[in-house]
Amino acid sequence: MLHIFCPHCGELRSEEEFHASGQAHIPRPLDPNACTDKEWGDYMFFRDNPRGLHHELWNHVAGCRQFFNATRNTVTYEILETYLIGTQPQFTEQAASVAPTATREQGEKV
Amino acid sequence: MTTANVYQQRPDSGVKAESSLHHTNLASLTGKGRKNAGVIVREKKLLGHLTLRGDAKDPAFAEGVHKALGLELPVALSLVAKGDTSLQWMGPDEWLLIVPGGQEYAVEQALRAALVGLHISVVNVSGGQQLLELSGPNVRNVLMKSTSYDVHPDNFPVGKAIGTVFAKSQLVIRHTGEDTWELLIRRSFSDYWWLWLQDAAAEYGLSVEA
Repeated sequence: MLHIFCPHCGELRSEEEFHASGQAHIPRPLDPNACTDKEWGDYMFFRDNPRGLHHELWNHVAGCRQFFNATRNTVTYEILETYLIGTQPQFTEQAASVAPTATREQGEKV
Repeated sequence: MTTANVYQQRPDSGVKAESSLHHTNLASLTGKGRKNAGVIVREKKLLGHLTLRGDAKDPAFAEGVHKALGLELPVALSLVAKGDTSLQWMGPDEWLLIVPGGQEYAVEQALRAALVGLHISVVNVSGGQQLLELSGPNVRNVLMKSTSYDVHPDNFPVGKAIGTVFAKSQLVIRHTGEDTWELLIRRSFSDYWWLWLQDAAAEYGLSVEA
């Protein structure tokens, strides 16, 4: 069982209180009408699926019922940090000295 | 004045009111069961529950709440009480106010008057949830069987209140006295919690108090 730090409650809680809600930091286009179908489709449906660090949205469903962001390693499932929405993560792919990036597969979003 | 539609939701005293555990007929179980029971359950029914939302960082909001209730806004995971009125932190912008049954209409109006002009919300949720008070020497054992949250007094002192996973559902646990705990339960789950508590407390002895 993982313990996840809820930045709103300010303490570690067990994983079963939380719900993962997908990728974080997806800005809504300011003028949807000006988007091409491709841009709008990317915004609506297409998500990253990285091997390594991933910034995710989580919800503390059973506790304070608030959303927050987490940086998680999708290989080891290690949660490096949790932070409030509207703030920037400390750990990013560039800053991390994790295992060398996997060879880019064909079709992967660069 | 506020334009919100505030109205009396509680029927007059002549109307029959039933709690969500009415069908279990707790009153008929009072005084039965094992002597020196390890767990004593008491239904705190038909109280006034108000959900208050607002900006905790706004001093005008905190001041207004204090003016209307005489209570300071509690910080994260805590509960403040004065007499039979309690105010609990539910989230960074949400609090739960519990007042004696019948007072919620007046209190809601007082809150709205004190917070006029601010971006707030007050919702009467009295019909949707209620409190179960558990007391006795073995309550902590029952909680330990039911939730993964650490209920040791070092981690869960009196005055703390948390929402968590309990049995196969979710509720709010409030620690109100050394051996006294309260469960804030949803109406639709009441029957489940009652069955669960009977089973979980059976080995320590369960008694019902009016």
